[in-house]
Amino acid sequence: MEKKIAVYICTGCGIGDALDIDALSKVAKSEFKVPICKTDGQLCGPEGVALIKQDIESEGVNTVVIAGCSARVNFDVFKFGPDNIVERINLREQVIWCHTADDEDTQMLAEDYMRMGLVKQKNMYVPEPYQVESFSRNILVVGGGLTGLTAAVESAKAGYSTILVEKDAELGGYVGKMYKQVPMKPPYTDLEENCIPNLVKAAEDAGVKIYKSATVENTAGAPGMFDVTIKQGDSTVQERVGAIVLATGAKPYEADKLGHLGFGKFPNVITQSMFEEMATAGKLEASKVAFIQCAGSRDQEHLPYCSAACCIESIKQALYVKEKNAEANVYVYYKDIRSNGQYEHFYMKAQQEGVVFVKGDVTEITEEDGKLTIEADDKTMGTTSLADEFDYVVLANGMVPTAALGDLVEEEPAADEAAAASDEPKASTPPVIKANLLNLAYRQGPELPALKYGFPDSHYICFPYETRRTGIYAAGVVRAPMDMLSAVEDGAGAAMKAVQCVEATEMGQAVHPRSGDMSFPEFNMNRCTQCKRCTEECPFGAINEDEKGNPLPNPSRCRRCGTCMGACPERIISFKNYSVPMVGNMVKTIEMPEEDEEKPRILIFACENDAIPALDMAGINRLQYNAWVRIIPLRCLGSLNLVWINDAMGGGFDGVLLMGCKHGDDYQCHFMKGSELAEIRLSKISETLDRLGLESERVRATTVNIMDYDKIPAMLDEFAADLEELGPNPMKDFA
Amino acid sequence: MANKSILVVGGGISGITAALEAAEAGCEVYIAEKNPYLGGRVTQINQYFPKLCPPNCGLEINFQRIRNNPRINFFTLAEVENISGQEGNFDVTLKINPRYVNDNCTGCGKCVEACPVEVDNPFNYGMNKIKAIHLPHDFAFPMKYVIKADACKEAGCAGKCAEVCEYKAIEPDMQSKTMNLNVGAIVWATGWNPYDANKLSYYGFGRFKNVVTNVMLERMAAMNGPTGGKIVRPSDGKEIKSIAFVQCAGSRDENHLKACSSVCCLASLKHATYVREQYPDAEISIYYIDIRARGKYEDFFTKVQEEANVTLIKGKAGEIEEDQTNGQLVVIAEDQEAKQVTRKSYDLVVLATGMAPSTATAAIPADMAYDEDGFVVPGAGTAGIVVAGCVKNPLDVASAVRDATAAALKAIQSTVRGQ
Repeated sequence: MEKKIAVYICTGCGIGDALDIDALSKVAKSEFKVPICKTDGQLCGPEGVALIKQDIESEGVNTVVIAGCSARVNFDVFKFGPDNIVERINLREQVIWCHTADDEDTQMLAEDYMRMGLVKQKNMYVPEPYQVESFSRNILVVGGGLTGLTAAVESAKAGYSTILVEKDAELGGYVGKMYKQVPMKPPYTDLEENCIPNLVKAAEDAGVKIYKSATVENTAGAPGMFDVTIKQGDSTVQERVGAIVLATGAKPYEADKLGHLGFGKFPNVITQSMFEEMATAGKLEASKVAFIQCAGSRDQEHLPYCSAACCIESIKQALYVKEKNAEANVYVYYKDIRSNGQYEHFYMKAQQEGVVFVKGDVTEITEEDGKLTIEADDKTMGTTSLADEFDYVVLANGMVPTAALGDLVEEEPAADEAAAASDEPKASTPPVIKANLLNLAYRQGPELPALKYGFPDSHYICFPYETRRTGIYAAGVVRAPMDMLSAVEDGAGAAMKAVQCVEATEMGQAVHPRSGDMSFPEFNMNRCTQCKRCTEECPFGAINEDEKGNPLPNPSRCRRCGTCMGACPERIISFKNYSVPMVGNMVKTIEMPEEDEEKPRILIFACENDAIPALDMAGINRLQYNAWVRIIPLRCLGSLNLVWINDAMGGGFDGVLLMGCKHGDDYQCHFMKGSELAEIRLSKISETLDRLGLESERVRATTVNIMDYDKIPAMLDEFAADLEELGPNPMKDFA
Repeated sequence: MANKSILVVGGGISGITAALEAAEAGCEVYIAEKNPYLGGRVTQINQYFPKLCPPNCGLEINFQRIRNNPRINFFTLAEVENISGQEGNFDVTLKINPRYVNDNCTGCGKCVEACPVEVDNPFNYGMNKIKAIHLPHDFAFPMKYVIKADACKEAGCAGKCAEVCEYKAIEPDMQSKTMNLNVGAIVWATGWNPYDANKLSYYGFGRFKNVVTNVMLERMAAMNGPTGGKIVRPSDGKEIKSIAFVQCAGSRDENHLKACSSVCCLASLKHATYVREQYPDAEISIYYIDIRARGKYEDFFTKVQEEANVTLIKGKAGEIEEDQTNGQLVVIAEDQEAKQVTRKSYDLVVLATGMAPSTATAAIPADMAYDEDGFVVPGAGTAGIVVAGCVKNPLDVASAVRDATAAALKAIQSTVRGQ
């Protein structure tokens, strides 16, 4: 489809007063020969919008370039349907609100942004959604415990065919074997009957297809088209599914490692699960029982984390003892009782029933005549406490995710000599543990990457279901330590994400965080050199490889960050509306003043998720900074291709600054390691700069979070001052 | 045929999440938010524990998702007046309160310069003043101004803002209006209010200037807060040499909220990091019953203990006294480990007030059940009204998001099942 471009310049909000609008129009009309270029006093008002709509209808305009406010505002006003390209040039927040009005440098900035916007739209096309062949809407849930059953029932109830795979002969998992369960509803004081039988019935009633004594042998494909090989006894079955919930649960921490608490030494020192079995079997006879909390958890020697569920599980088990024998003595030794939220009522109930809670560390357990004695350092009595005659000591031994059980995937030795010889810095990637849960046929390893302590959790507070393997959502105690109430919510939450992934994939749209994006990377394979950078650097494992090392993209696994595009030294990867030539041409279109004009130029590549809003905020707060900067937003700094820096420095820019998100342990990059990768790439460019005879300090990376807007002016002005000291880029006059 | 659309009441982190998750799965979704902006309580938080990252970062992604999703419509300054019908087919009456600024507003800010009236800034819990016409906060989404009209009337201002507005965006006579929606399911996610510290008379809140609440401290630590991010004593603006955090101020308490509010321990540990960053030598004490840093939050607890040099005192503070000559506060507590009643003096005391569900003061206009603290009982009451987030349990942000995601699926089920 041929583009018919129209440019609309808004003169409202002071733009008309601060800038020479005629000169700006001339850039569009004369330099770029744009057929329609109009100005309006308030483009976002009804008349302004009508003006644009009329041109779309009667003049056949299909590419609308609006020079006015930031794209972060009036997004709903300037929507003209999916077939029309809308490009916004930010003259307000990033020009007139942060630069001197009626000033030569401000005018030059505005004119450059006009050029950049026009070049950008010239290089972009309306994306066509990627369609999966033999698309499946089915949901697969791996693990038939509390979380898995919940996920299966909830997705089936929402109208999706659901398949459940359970490795044991019976459904129910750890919870299934419980005598009773903690309260799941107000008043949160009473023991409840085990919910698993009802849940199993609900799964059957909802038509969930259940494979018992079965495991997942292989998972190939991508969202909408996962091919899963399920092994059941000696036979295997193939199922095609659209999305997967991983709910394989946790295992109790190995009690054999708790010899210091008498486990293995004294038969009546037992674990929570052994106690549960005893209660279920009706063999619970005791007049004095102690529960020892954090047996293994909150312990740097064992599990540094808190296992989250043990406090209320021990309270429950303490109540089993009281239920059977109200006169029994029950002690709970604890560090902190973590009966969060409404479980406080449950804790109160145990106290009312006479359960004694002792804050202190158990220092020794001994046995005499089959009765156990506990020595503890009682924090609230301030003394060493000694209690004896215990029938049982129950260790609340915490949980270890099934995803953490297995060997680490060794990094494959570098294939080509160059990579093997170099000690190039590499981005940090979480390990993949061969836990034998999904057995993914993925280039980046067979399971979800294991984050801290082996939990395949999300790193984000705001996005707990962000996943590094699109379409696969971990839920329940495999994802993070949690209690039953949370696990039930988590199963439903992950099911929601699985359902949503299926729907988005069917529409050809990306899932979080670029939800709804229909663009995807296309590879010009003729020029591929099999360097494998794209497959290695994709944070989501979206790209497989054939035996020759050619990339095999899986668009429905892709999150559209453009990391592959940034990584590719041959520049063969592009999106319909985001490409290396697009940004490169934006760089090249910026007017470069001659050296003697003494107008330095600084190029900024800014992450559109955090740095760009921060720059807008600087404008909204009318913070002023130098007008030598030219800002280009990137989807993620991971999409930064080094050729753009060559373009900039070869074209006479005095410096380049990358503004990306924080990396390291508490990284804030929404694509995991984009800013880190950009910095690593940057470290490799000094050679190029040397060749051009340029100082490496001219190209820098900095981290900016969305709240750093007060620091932005100083940041930019200091960089400008440093560059001034270095003197102008000698390439300037050759450009 | 059931209506496939969903109304989400409450545009905080839970409501936004529920709305987006459902909309991105193909549902038509409406959000009704009572504030003039989306984002709810998290917009007032300086940093999230345990990453110490800014909430606006995640909100920005969520707002992008809303901007790009044609299936979401939202209404600000909106309240639900009435619900009738049943699962699959609810008729809901919304009352849209006047903003006094119409859609012509470009956000240029000229009106603020002209406005002569100052009001307490609700975003900063009244700790500073703003103009009667204002942007609710820097990141306000949508970026539209709003007028506190009572204040204008009281000051007798006839509309200086309207005189300078070039876009005819100001309508001093704007009236509230009602609108009707027909939806298949409702997600109720109206969140929480900080427990009213005025009810804790023994801690002197409201009487002693240097007793503040945890939510106030959050604003004091924020770069865009009332003190530009500097934590100082409200009485005299002086720097702080000692600070006490009083945990369970109104939570785990028979006379107040019976439940534990779940987040306050971690919030106070986080606040300790704010204080430590600004005051390397300040004495930081936390009076607590149990430190509830569940799951992997334990790492944060460990880190704060190692890095922030915090003194943990097991014992609930009983009373706070003020030295009127210098504004110093004395915290009287039973230190259970030292087995004695201690009296220690501090420059500033922060009450870790908990979460009162919004439904404790504003019930859902439908047949629903509540527990003794006012939290909604899930699964009881009207089918098709799903509760999400802190109206159901006191939750941290990640858990609220999880809960809201689950609620979105339950709402979709209602649209599938309902008649």
